[in-house]
Amino acid sequence: MSIEDLERSAEQIRVSDLIDVESGQISREIFVDERIHKMELENLFPRAWLFVGHASQVPNAGDFFSSWMGSDPVLMTRDDKGEVFVLLNSCRHRGMRVSRYDEGNTMQFTCPYHAWSYSIDGSLVDVPGDLHGVPHMKSAYQGQLDKAKWGLVRCPRVHNYKGLIFATWDPEAPEFEEYAGEFHWWLDNLTDAFDGTEGETEVFRGVMKWRIKSNWKFVSENFLGDTYHGASTHASVEAVGIGPGGRGKRRHGERQNQGGFSKGRMKTSFRLGHGASDNLGYELPYPEFAEPELTEYFDAAWAKRAEKLRAEGRPLGGRGPATMFPNMSFSAGFPRTILVAHPISATETEVWRWFVVDKSAPDFVREWLRQYYMRYAGPGGMTEQDDMENWDYATQASSGVVARRFPYNYQQGLGRERLSELPGAVHSDHAIAGEVNARAFYRRWAEFVDNLGWPELTRRAAVDDRNDAINAREATES
Amino acid sequence: MSATQEGTTEMTAPTSIERMALHYEISDFLFREADLLDERRYTEWLAMLADDYQYSVPMRMNVKYDDVDSLEQTRAGAEVCWFDEPKDTVEMRVTQLQTGVHWAEEPVSRVSHLVTNIRLDEISLPEVEVSCRFLVYRNRVADETDFLVGRRRDRLRKVGDDWQVCRRTLLLDQSVLLAKNLSIFV
Repeated sequence: MSIEDLERSAEQIRVSDLIDVESGQISREIFVDERIHKMELENLFPRAWLFVGHASQVPNAGDFFSSWMGSDPVLMTRDDKGEVFVLLNSCRHRGMRVSRYDEGNTMQFTCPYHAWSYSIDGSLVDVPGDLHGVPHMKSAYQGQLDKAKWGLVRCPRVHNYKGLIFATWDPEAPEFEEYAGEFHWWLDNLTDAFDGTEGETEVFRGVMKWRIKSNWKFVSENFLGDTYHGASTHASVEAVGIGPGGRGKRRHGERQNQGGFSKGRMKTSFRLGHGASDNLGYELPYPEFAEPELTEYFDAAWAKRAEKLRAEGRPLGGRGPATMFPNMSFSAGFPRTILVAHPISATETEVWRWFVVDKSAPDFVREWLRQYYMRYAGPGGMTEQDDMENWDYATQASSGVVARRFPYNYQQGLGRERLSELPGAVHSDHAIAGEVNARAFYRRWAEFVDNLGWPELTRRAAVDDRNDAINAREATES
Repeated sequence: MSATQEGTTEMTAPTSIERMALHYEISDFLFREADLLDERRYTEWLAMLADDYQYSVPMRMNVKYDDVDSLEQTRAGAEVCWFDEPKDTVEMRVTQLQTGVHWAEEPVSRVSHLVTNIRLDEISLPEVEVSCRFLVYRNRVADETDFLVGRRRDRLRKVGDDWQVCRRTLLLDQSVLLAKNLSIFV
């Protein structure tokens, strides 16, 4: 794309022109250009299903947690009937952010500006978030203000998936299950307990939040299938060894008799944009720990899970790292964490990280995991620190006028994808050739950002057209 | 204060002069520690930490005034903190810095630890509880600059002729961390 092309207005930019999945080339503009970022904010984030928070963060009536959906601040609340709501955190009168607290408990949000108050107590108002109190209702409004019309803007679609709270602003968006597709197996492994008990997980109190000078897509891409970066980026932490096995052992705690972390770890790429660094057939047993009682605990959990899943005909793999389109990433193993890359600008992102633990975990397990999570992930994490260095300086060195003329290379495993038993997905042909996932992610990204309607978005994802190419290739080869 | 026959110290209140001398001695210890860190003399620095050293940096949250005491910071030992770790993990971090391929600190950052507002909160020899303020300045590569400012509580223990840090709790005055990482020792 030339500078002349960039002179066109945002309305004229078609981002699909910048994504060439056939040749595996993607323009740097999508990572640095503010007009494209604005298109993302307008066309992608208000339409996608976004992760807002975890239900265990609002266990009681009146609990709330402050979050973001794209460019908008929201409040995740629980009403007196136990239902979780997502409300736009902006007063309907003059827009003041009604709550600047990160979390807390209240049955009413009162705006500091003019004191319009909004109740989340369903016994006081018809729907939580409705306008409850208006100062000088009689003298200023002659008692005529229609409170029912001026409640906090409610997110129309909220879905609780085993404790993960997702929401979308778009009433036309497909059901969550359809949006997630077969990727839900990875969400299951994230939310089910280590012994396979369904949905029996919660998050530790404390969400890590930090700013990076990088585009949010660098973060999403890093977790959706890029295990290629590990050997170089994480060489230093790997040299130290911070994992379950103790000092000097691999940071993820994989067992030494598995033939290496990557063997058989073909990537899984969804036409819906989601991507996982592994596949459901990739069984990675829980680690051997330096402490025998932890090994015993997790061996028992693995055995129970294996028995349960095999009885259900389910494979045991699928623990990521993975990214659910567009900006929620997670790992369902060691560590087990959730990340959201909140977009701030084309070149700035606020990263949030939650840490997941079994509700039933005994104290010694809970404490071991907590310490491992902190030394592994987040800005202080010995692994994650090095990622931020890459993302920030990749962004800086891609912002130059000349640099922008040269696309990034996404040619790993190009034309070598493999069929998947999962509908709507393909696999990489090699464990390390993860860019098949990135190509699908950016293809889907462009379809959203170019503002295709839901019928077209749904039609395009209904059948994974990559299968045709694979079948044609295999017919030629045989 | 005077040594008893058993070698322990009687808990009589120190005189003003003794307090000033102790304050000077401990301030000097903390300034030396800052120098070692800023000069990247990590092996010598680790020797200033007791074997039972515990380092905690809780996260700070925006909560209601009434909740500040109970909820403003995450709880070390139970909730997610920026750091909450023993000396063994700190040693791992030093090893990582010394690999030469820890990209977050390659090229190495320029760091200055300013330690000020030092007060001896509690003297119970051989241990002393010290509170201070810190300002940690980091500049790296070119224009990447971070200011990490806050309060710190250190529990120091007299070992032989010198001191060791056995407990350090640091409260950083940020809720969203504005630095991209914490790859230096704050």
